Amino acid sequence: MYQGIRIAGFGGQGVISAGILLAQAGVEDKKNASWLPSYGPEMRGDTANCSVVVSDGEVYTPIVSAPDTVIIMNEPSLPKFEPILKKGGLMIINSSLINSRPTRTDIEVVCVPCNRIAEELGMDRIANLVALGAFIKKTGAVALQSVEHAMKKVYKRAKPEMLELNKKALQAGYDAV
Amino acid sequence: MTEKTLRKGNEALAEGAIRAGARFFAGYPITPQNEVPEYMSAYMADAGGAFVQAESEVAAINMVYGAASTGTRSMTSSSSPGISLKQEGITYLASADLPCLIVNVMRGGPGLGSISGSQGDYFQATRGGGNGDYHVIVLAPNSVEELGNFPKMGFELAEKYRMPCMILADGILGQMMESMSFNFDPIDPNKLGKFDWAVDIHKNGRKKNNVFSYKGDNLIPDVVERAKRYGLIEKTEARWEEREAEDCDVLLVAYGLSSRACLEAVNKAKEEGLKVGLFRPITLWPFPSKRLAELAAKAKGVLSVEQSLGQLVQDVKLAVNGKTPVYLNAYPAGGQPDGNSILAAVRSILNGGKEGLFDLQEHAAGFSFECKRDTSLGMQGDLKGGK
Repeated sequence: MYQGIRIAGFGGQGVISAGILLAQAGVEDKKNASWLPSYGPEMRGDTANCSVVVSDGEVYTPIVSAPDTVIIMNEPSLPKFEPILKKGGLMIINSSLINSRPTRTDIEVVCVPCNRIAEELGMDRIANLVALGAFIKKTGAVALQSVEHAMKKVYKRAKPEMLELNKKALQAGYDAV
Repeated sequence: MTEKTLRKGNEALAEGAIRAGARFFAGYPITPQNEVPEYMSAYMADAGGAFVQAESEVAAINMVYGAASTGTRSMTSSSSPGISLKQEGITYLASADLPCLIVNVMRGGPGLGSISGSQGDYFQATRGGGNGDYHVIVLAPNSVEELGNFPKMGFELAEKYRMPCMILADGILGQMMESMSFNFDPIDPNKLGKFDWAVDIHKNGRKKNNVFSYKGDNLIPDVVERAKRYGLIEKTEARWEEREAEDCDVLLVAYGLSSRACLEAVNKAKEEGLKVGLFRPITLWPFPSKRLAELAAKAKGVLSVEQSLGQLVQDVKLAVNGKTPVYLNAYPAGGQPDGNSILAAVRSILNGGKEGLFDLQEHAAGFSFECKRDTSLGMQGDLKGGK
């Protein structure tokens, strides 16, 4: 198993943090994992993205230039990452914020209304975890429980009720696809 | 041994240095190594050491000069242009025979360059960026785990030979997260003995210790003595890693992040039935020339894969010494290698193609360049402007 993933969205949508969570979950699963943020003016409102690799074997470079999966959280990231997705790759689209659809027909597209689901749970900010839940259901790259274990390590200072809400968002994303 | 945890490269390095007994850190912020001083500022005091955010890179390296004189495990870190600024201090540390650790998390260059990862400082690190006949030991990690474990090796080598040691990493290694574990227990530097040369309170009739960088009329014996240590280091301290390197048609040579992309190429080549091996120098100085020469003799071609425009390849050519053709696969100024592009260069070597092989003369074929002056723009030195 080798999954190269790019997660992209606005700075503040939690794409960087979702990537760390995924990499930590890979470690929990005794797999090899890497995470790499992108550089640029993202902190000032442009799109942010990160590369994650989860693999049974060695992780070569952490730069995912031809991803197996892209998770697209905002409109500007779609044209940026559609061309580099591998043939037959998986694209998860946050359909709450993205009206466009990819033109490529050689990829699998899954639309998840991440922000709507997150709002229904009571917090817009956990849309990233909804997307992550959907990704896990589709790929099985890591176990759902491993992400829950990873949360305690990545969000060290989170209150128990916040962790509980995060778990719900993850499950809701998992159930949505 | 510790449990495997997910860590960022720069943070693993900083934690590794504190565990290795570093008790003085001075630095000045620069991307992509900012997590190193950030981590030091949070944890160095807890370890009983001192963290100083200096007013400049020059100040930081000279603070290390002072702290190293006392025998304290001292270090600084920066990125390419910041390391350029430190060169004066580094050559003074070398001339005063002081052990210390200098970390360069490389970015693109020359000049201010870019903040993306690069390997453009190979010459600066291995040839000495400062003046005079001197070397620093250069260690090149290629994983977060090695970033965490190399500070200990760095301090030990620096102290064994009384000279500065540099860890040469790159922006991607510093920024990436990966699971790692430390292969040693934390060292309490207070339990290490004192150096007989170190500057401290001299009492009980002990001879006064002085640390000099200026040796006056005695410079020649000093430089010649130091060269004996360099020779000893070249003979005994070269470190490297080999993968499928014993029996291959094309031998890749790469360090740091590039070597990871090479491993992808080695494994993809195997699937295609091509015999490709990897030789990864872990010490860039001393360069593991002897072993590389042995392996290269059995290959049809040697390919230097580097994120620079023909730097590592020079040491490869010196080692191979004309016995096997040496080629260059270059990703300068923030470019990043991947398995497929390296494999394309390998195929070029085997099939006589050109894709992926960089040759400076061919690159410049048919090119002409002129730096023009134009009198209609006015005369140089005439500050009043044109006609």
